Amino acid sequence: SLISLTSVAFLLRGNCKHVRTKDSPPNICGFNLILVPDIKICRLVNVKTVIPMVQLLNWRRGLFPQTKMAAPLTLVLILSVTIRAVLFRSSLAELISERVEVVSPLNAWKRGLFCYYVLQENNISLFFQTPLVIYLFHFVVDYAEIVFMIVDGITAVALYLAVQNYNKNVFRKQKYALEADRYPHDCLELMRSPKEMHYIPLKVAMFYLLNPFTILSCVAKSTCGLNNAVMALFILSTLKGSALLSAIFLALATYQSIYPLTLFAPGLLFLLQRLYIPVNPCRSRFWFFTVQYSVMFIGSLLVIVCLSFFLLGSWDFIPSVYGFILSVPDLTPNIGLFWYFFAEMFEHFRFFFICVFQINVFFYTIPLSVKLKEHPVFLIFMQIAIISIFKSYPTVGDIALYMAFLPVWSHLYRFLRNIFLVSCVLLACTALFPVLWHLWIYAGSANSNFYYAITLLFNVGQILLVSDYFYAYLRREHHLSQGLYLRRKDGSEATLVLK
Amino acid sequence: MGLLSDPNRRKAITTARILILNMILVLHGDSVVCYLAGIAWFMGLAFEPFTLRTYMSENAMGSTMVEERFPSGERALATAREFAAHKKKVGGMPVDWLVKTMRAQGLEVFTQSFSRNLPFPDESKERFVVRGTNVYGILRAPRAPRTEALVLSAPCSPGNSNNQAVGLLLGLAQYFRSQIYWAKDIIFLVNEHDLIGVQAWLEGYHHTNITGMGYTPLQGRAGSIQAALSLELNSDVVTSLDLVLEGLNGQLPNLDLANLFHAFCQKLGILCTIQGKLQRSDWDTVEGYTHSAQTMLLMVLKQASGRPWGEHGLFLRYHIEAASIRGVNSFRQYKTDATSIGRLFEGMVRKLNNLLERLHQSYFFYLMPSLTRFVSIGYYMPAFGLLTTILLLRALDLWVHLGTPTPVTEDGVGEGESPSSPGLLSVLTPVVISHLTGVALYTLPVLSQEMAVEHFPVSETEAVVLTAIAIYTAGLALPHNTHRLISGEGTEQGWRVLKLVALLYLAVLLGCTALINFSLGFILAVTLVPAAACVTPHVPKALSAVAMVLLSPGCTILYCVFLFQELQEVPVSLAEGWMLFLSVISQGILDHALYGSLVYPLLALLVYPCWLLFWNILFWK
Repeated sequence: SLISLTSVAFLLRGNCKHVRTKDSPPNICGFNLILVPDIKICRLVNVKTVIPMVQLLNWRRGLFPQTKMAAPLTLVLILSVTIRAVLFRSSLAELISERVEVVSPLNAWKRGLFCYYVLQENNISLFFQTPLVIYLFHFVVDYAEIVFMIVDGITAVALYLAVQNYNKNVFRKQKYALEADRYPHDCLELMRSPKEMHYIPLKVAMFYLLNPFTILSCVAKSTCGLNNAVMALFILSTLKGSALLSAIFLALATYQSIYPLTLFAPGLLFLLQRLYIPVNPCRSRFWFFTVQYSVMFIGSLLVIVCLSFFLLGSWDFIPSVYGFILSVPDLTPNIGLFWYFFAEMFEHFRFFFICVFQINVFFYTIPLSVKLKEHPVFLIFMQIAIISIFKSYPTVGDIALYMAFLPVWSHLYRFLRNIFLVSCVLLACTALFPVLWHLWIYAGSANSNFYYAITLLFNVGQILLVSDYFYAYLRREHHLSQGLYLRRKDGSEATLVLK
Repeated sequence: MGLLSDPNRRKAITTARILILNMILVLHGDSVVCYLAGIAWFMGLAFEPFTLRTYMSENAMGSTMVEERFPSGERALATAREFAAHKKKVGGMPVDWLVKTMRAQGLEVFTQSFSRNLPFPDESKERFVVRGTNVYGILRAPRAPRTEALVLSAPCSPGNSNNQAVGLLLGLAQYFRSQIYWAKDIIFLVNEHDLIGVQAWLEGYHHTNITGMGYTPLQGRAGSIQAALSLELNSDVVTSLDLVLEGLNGQLPNLDLANLFHAFCQKLGILCTIQGKLQRSDWDTVEGYTHSAQTMLLMVLKQASGRPWGEHGLFLRYHIEAASIRGVNSFRQYKTDATSIGRLFEGMVRKLNNLLERLHQSYFFYLMPSLTRFVSIGYYMPAFGLLTTILLLRALDLWVHLGTPTPVTEDGVGEGESPSSPGLLSVLTPVVISHLTGVALYTLPVLSQEMAVEHFPVSETEAVVLTAIAIYTAGLALPHNTHRLISGEGTEQGWRVLKLVALLYLAVLLGCTALINFSLGFILAVTLVPAAACVTPHVPKALSAVAMVLLSPGCTILYCVFLFQELQEVPVSLAEGWMLFLSVISQGILDHALYGSLVYPLLALLVYPCWLLFWNILFWK
């Protein structure tokens, strides 16, 4: 039966509830509707996909109601500031700021403060933090709590704007592809509707601000919050298409903790894509832009490093900050993989394995960039996740940054396979960290193996989570080009294998 | 990406899982089977062939020979009588006499005074504002750099008790002074007001203040304390010595300490007991099994209470291996005199003196069905694991149910008016309300005692306990309407999500509890798991409400009180049991305030709210 769009819309308006719940009358649910030739799509569509389709059409015509999102965002900000303020004033703040899961030697407020005072009093440079951060301490030392709350707010707003921008782009692309009839016929249920995407930026901000990991990290005054803010600003400026700002923020992030260097590739890929420059080594425009971006990046990095030199008058900070990150001398337990491994290791293997471990962090950039060169934003997510899993001194604050991106990929949900298992593992591990720490350090009845076992499990959980999302993303892309219901040549149902 | 992403293998895993699940679900007795298996496993632990024989793991204590020569038991008893006379004269701790006597024996003697205001009067010990003095003497090690120390302590109790313990302590001090083989400083501590005194001394020794105690700083200090023994002795001769291991928050000392005690009792021919129960050799008879099951259950109940059952209990928190040894004088013919007890202590202290590092070789997690048998963590954890498996299976079941009909989940965005946001709210509201009730249960009883005393004819202690019970009961009425306030009608989806969250919450909570204090985790699991597994809004309301209340954490405490009395062979009537229950609650709150026991906050802030979530599901509309 052929029904025009108007009648579909009418039908839906009349029977909205029936369509949405699963126990809708069979005469509607069972119908296969054929949509209007309005957008040159003429194919069989299940009722389930009709609603997004209608919304899509509405959106195209500018009919979709645009509600203002500023009010809920403000509400979330106020709520998160309240929670943080209460925690700052409670007796828990002291306890939290000493948890090894929350602060690492690199970003602990106390150690930063120590550097600051040592520098001020004795003019001896002794570093755990980069000079610019210590210089920042000069201004913020009295209002630390407010500053850390504001920084978290900035991160959230930057992520919010970035994701909003990204969603707009995704939409535009999807619309063009739909109009060009590029998607296979059975993929309409994979299409994304404006309604579902409408709340995603807000959810991202919420995921960042109300994530217990972020709250803990903020209450502990870990400078990880600053790094996250710089990364968020980098993402925002990249997505807005400003090459210069993107390079500057990337340089700042790299200056802070080296590892964000791997974000250079996705940043570059995104900007190239935005300027419609194909990634093709034979084209001069590609090389021209790449060189331009690298020069901006290296230039700003040099400026920042030289600024640090002029602030201090010595180069001491380079070995003591970057050497500290790369050679991992401090083996205080944390949620990462380094401490136990290097505590157990014979000294003469140390150098080799440090190289292996550190290369591990950077290595994934190459295969991922090749595989995801069309999807740089997903690549950014993957890179941030990999950094936070494999870096030398990870804390929960790093995890919070990539977890904030999870709502952006909520449309991948149907392709995720281990999400229940993984979330149970992450939840259990988070609860077990303090318990096993207590048993090991205070009660003396457990030992470091217990704690490391949980660390290991926690990281395995994270890796499974990230690879699950990776698989789901690739699979969706595959379906979008090949059709949702894959058949083998002999007509049997095919399955996708990630190898 | 092998196991989990390769569809072929995955299919294998999934089919296996589905097979198992189906098998279990078809039986539909999955929970019952798991539950019974868990209980059976646990009860089986007391059966002797399933347990391990204790053995000394620490080399430094095992192979070296020690000869005990302590001669002066009679003199120690004379000192005890002198101490008793002075105690009576002063009407409390005879500080001056103790200082003089210890100094005369050649110890470095110091005193520490302390004061502590209890949050409310302790009726069982009749104290409210506590002031006292600890006296301790340090015997400096002649042969070592004084970096390590051992502690021998005896309490100066009110009335006529424990005089012999102090006497024996002083006798040992005098004898030890003349020996030359000490490699660790030995501290002889006589403390007033039992646990409060010990707490003050330990906080002073370690420069901490975690419980708001007022004390004067310690003037003299020895090295880091390696081990501590606490002595309680009420009579000149004893029939047996009882070993007490359970410490604060269910912490236990290293098993080698128990082994050491047992080894010396064997060597000197002293009868030794644990939980006041002698060992029986007839493990293959019903009586024999019952006996060891009783012993083990007593240990489980004591450990679950989280209370220090002797003075040693507070040492454990500072990572000091410690045990209390209690003299028991019953009607048995065979008696042991003070000289033998002194020799026992001499032997134990000398072996501890030989330690090269802290006791760490043997087990820290164990249960003892008798003094020579133990069950290690690897054997008892499966019992608990079986119980938590029920929760996980249920959660998995719910997850599958939630996933199949509509692909909408907590952060999944659905069609139409995004059912996620009211769904989230309808789950979040009960969680928040339950926890607020928990916070009220934790804070209000102590805070509102004055008001309660003004308006009702009750004492402070009764006021605290009754307020706690009142809030607990009020909580039952409160939260099950809350989700409707915000979200209007609760949906079928809604309670499923809430139950999923509650099940995972309970599983993680019980798992963490069992790691720190197995007994507490297990006892809570025994009562909470059936309630958690079976509750849905579609079961008959009245009947299941009664069942839920009977399986709530508060009632669990009540059952434990009765069971404990039954096992100790002093059964109580219902009224007495109720009074005991009230005193147990007040003791629990006091233990938290005085020593930092975690059972009360755990129950009030986490377990009770979690149970309320299930209560909420039952009344979901």
